[in-house]
Order: sequence, then structure tokens, then C-alpha cells
Amino acid sequence: MSNVPDNLRYRDSHEWIAASDNPAAVGITDHAQHELTDVVFVDLPQVGRKVSAGEQVAVIESVKAASDIYSPVSGEITEVNSALTNDPATVNTDPYLNGWLFKIKLSNPAELEALMTPDAYRAHIG
Amino acid sequence: MRGVSDSENLQRSPLHPVHLELGARMVPFAGWEMPVQYSGIVDEHKAVRERVGVFDISHMGQFIVSGHGAEAFLNRALTNDISKLAPGQGQYTLMLNEAGGVIDDLIGYRTSEREFFLVVNASMIREDWDHLQKLITPDDAVQMANASAHVGGLAIQGPASRAVFAHVFASDGATYPERNTIQFGSTSGGMMWLCGTGYTGEEGFEFFMPASEAEAWFRKIIDAVKAEGGVVCGLGARDTLRLEMGYPLNGNDLAPTRTPLQSGLAFFVDLDKEEFVGRDALVKQKAEGLPDKLTAFRMVGTAPPPRPHYTVFWNGKQVAEIASGTLSPSLGKGIGMAYLPLAASKPGTPIEIEIRGRRFPAETCKKPFYAKPASTPPS
Repeated sequence: MSNVPDNLRYRDSHEWIAASDNPAAVGITDHAQHELTDVVFVDLPQVGRKVSAGEQVAVIESVKAASDIYSPVSGEITEVNSALTNDPATVNTDPYLNGWLFKIKLSNPAELEALMTPDAYRAHIG
Repeated sequence: MRGVSDSENLQRSPLHPVHLELGARMVPFAGWEMPVQYSGIVDEHKAVRERVGVFDISHMGQFIVSGHGAEAFLNRALTNDISKLAPGQGQYTLMLNEAGGVIDDLIGYRTSEREFFLVVNASMIREDWDHLQKLITPDDAVQMANASAHVGGLAIQGPASRAVFAHVFASDGATYPERNTIQFGSTSGGMMWLCGTGYTGEEGFEFFMPASEAEAWFRKIIDAVKAEGGVVCGLGARDTLRLEMGYPLNGNDLAPTRTPLQSGLAFFVDLDKEEFVGRDALVKQKAEGLPDKLTAFRMVGTAPPPRPHYTVFWNGKQVAEIASGTLSPSLGKGIGMAYLPLAASKPGTPIEIEIRGRRFPAETCKKPFYAKPASTPPS
């Protein structure tokens, strides 16, 4: 069973956001890291980049494929997890804490309401 | 992240139910729905390098070519000299078009004086068959049978392959198939072809059996592989293992528009044979010089893994696209192959790979990418 923490919100494309913070950390879910397996490279966005909800902002590469990562909300990238450059597998081993990808300053916090609750995401990944 | 799944119109291996039972991730490959991985590509890859792994290769095709004229016919259809094979021996060989381009790469075995067993790529079964059929003339005295749909296959690869063989075949009295040999026989599990071949650079063997017997063999082999500390492997690890050795994959590294001389496979082309399809084009190309050559490269420094179709730059100019590329699990570095101009193909030549709009440094290198560490002598 995948771990789906209760304090986060989720996008149907398997990103999570720490919805109670602003700027908020964003990462991929335990389910997503399990599906990808073997994360070998993470391409992170530029700090300062302004993005819209649903925009492709990062790329996570496994041995087999490159997968696009989408921003769950609109806002400005304030920080990226540069530790992943040397240790991308942290996304596999610790997806909700040390495996965060970037932090985003929300420009429209109301967008959080459109994201999945933990229960909705649990149902989504069945 | 987004997943893709389209299992419509795909053929299934006789081992399909076992793959699902084992939790394999199934993907479309060469018209088949096949397992890309079970526990993970890196884990499976390392198991084969260090212990042993078993792969489903039921998607591959098998032709049986027999008759008085079989040897002469195959020598006209294929690049290597099949007349050199004694019964029980096999060779890597190529099927070319008239322009010298590669239709398929395959293994040809002589199973008896007048019978040959060909193992061809899954995606090319129909095309290879049609091509060979067209080459047969009424004078040839050749019969061909396509066993592909009725045959399952397994590859056991890794340093513990012999131990796995001993577990499974000890009671049948079969002997381990040495490199490039084939044995045809029947055992308690039915008839089979046992081949000393593989696609990983490790010791190992492949064997083909009636599709109806495949599941029972697979389960027996899985037990033996696990007893030897190995795992079940998918096509993902098969691809990283073969690429670390610099082995070409048809469709990626071999193409109807490129000759085996360009692909670095001249060793498997016998130009001393008087006649074979594509020979004239190869002789001409050899005299005129190669326009490009399949060249190995590795990424320098931190970079995303190189992947097929990424653009390759040399001296600031766009010169090629990647044929095969991946992260090498053994080396932890990006590796790949591309058809580069001869002047750029010398090992150590700096090149660049464009990935998502940025250029990353790489350099050409020798094959294989991975060499087995020398074993420590006993003290």
C-alpha cells in the first residue's frame, strides 16, 4: 500500500503539495516513485520562474523514461532541492520529506481547493 | 507524471499470466505486451551482473530451414558463412536488403547436416519470413517452417547460470550448452532447443520449448534462479545490459538504410562468399569508404540520461541523433551509440548531446562500455 499523508493535497498526475505552507513544498507521491522506480536524474526549475497551475515545471528521469512533473498551483518558484542533483534516489526513499522537488509561493491559494484531498487521491490510485 | 497504457492488438507471451502474478509492469514492445520490469531495472540489471536473472524471450521468432539446399540457400540469404557450422554450432549473422542495409540480425544454428534453426527479432518475424520466401527458387530444395507462434523462450543470464542449469536439468542428463552451441532434444518437460547464447555479456543460455510447456519451465527456472540469489528480469534490464556491452538492437541501432559495415558488424559479414543479398553494395561501400559509423559515447559530468533521438553535436554542428541511449546501471553514467561521421568516431572525441534544449558534454569511447572486473585470485 502506498503512503498518502493526511496533511497534503494532491494532483491527479501524482504530485503533492504541502498545502498549509506558503511557500509550499511540492514533490511526487509514494505511489508515483514506486511506479517510476530507480530515479536517476531530476531536472528542477529555475528559482524565480513564474508558473501556472498544471504547467510542466520539472522532469524526473528513471532508467527507462523521462517523466514530466506539473505544478499543482500557480505562483513563483522560490527554492529547489539541489541535494537531489547528487542523490536523485532520495525521491524514491523519502518522497514526502527529503525528496521534495521545489517550493512555490502561491499566487492564488484558492487553487488548492481544486486539488485532491488525501481520501480522493487514495481512491484515484485505487 | 503521466502513464501510457495501450494493450490493444498486442500479442501475449504464454507466460503472460505468470508475469501478472509476479507484479510485472507490462508494456508494448515490438507488437507484444511484455514485462519491462518486476522489482526495478537497476535491481534486475545488477542481479544479472552479479548473480543470475531469467527473462521471457517468447516474443522472439524461430524458423526451421531444412533440405538438401538449405545450406546454400542460407548462405545466399545471410551475411555470415553458415557452411562453417558443424551440427550443434551457431553464429550471429545478418539479413540484408539489396542496398546492403540491415533487415534483421539473427542467430543461425545448424541442428543437423541439413537442418538449420534461426532465431529472429520479434518485430521482424513477418518481414524476415517474407524476405526469405521470396529468395527461394524452385531449384533450391528448401523447406521452411515458422515455429514462432508455437514456441516459448527463456534466457538465463549471469555468473550463476551454470548453477541454475544444474538445478533444473540435472535429472534430464542434459549438458550445459557452451557458447554458440545448440542442442535439440526432449526431456521430461517436452522437446526443446538449448542454446549457449545471450544478450547481456554474461555467461548464460537461452532455451525454447513448446508454448504449452513454457509456464511449467518458467516456474522451475524461477525457483532455481531465486535459490541462486537471482531475480526475474524484464526487457528494461535486457536493454541496459545489452547496451553496456555495445550490442546493437534492431530498430534502434540497425536499419535498412545502414550497412553492417557502418554498424561495426563486419566480423559477421563474409565478403569471401561469392554471393549473398547485399554483397555488391557492401563491396562498393568498402571501396568508397563509410559515410558514418555506429559510435559509442558516454556523458561527461552530471547530465540527464541520453535517450534515442536526442540530437548529437560535433564541432558545434548537428551531426546525428542518438540510436540507443540509457543510464548505465553498472557505471552510473549515461551511455549511448550514434552514427557519427568517421572523423568524429575516434574514441575520446568531444561531442555534445542536446537534452530539453540544453547541450551536455559527452565523449566518444570504445565498446564495450562495461568490462567485467577481473576476479580476485584466491589467496
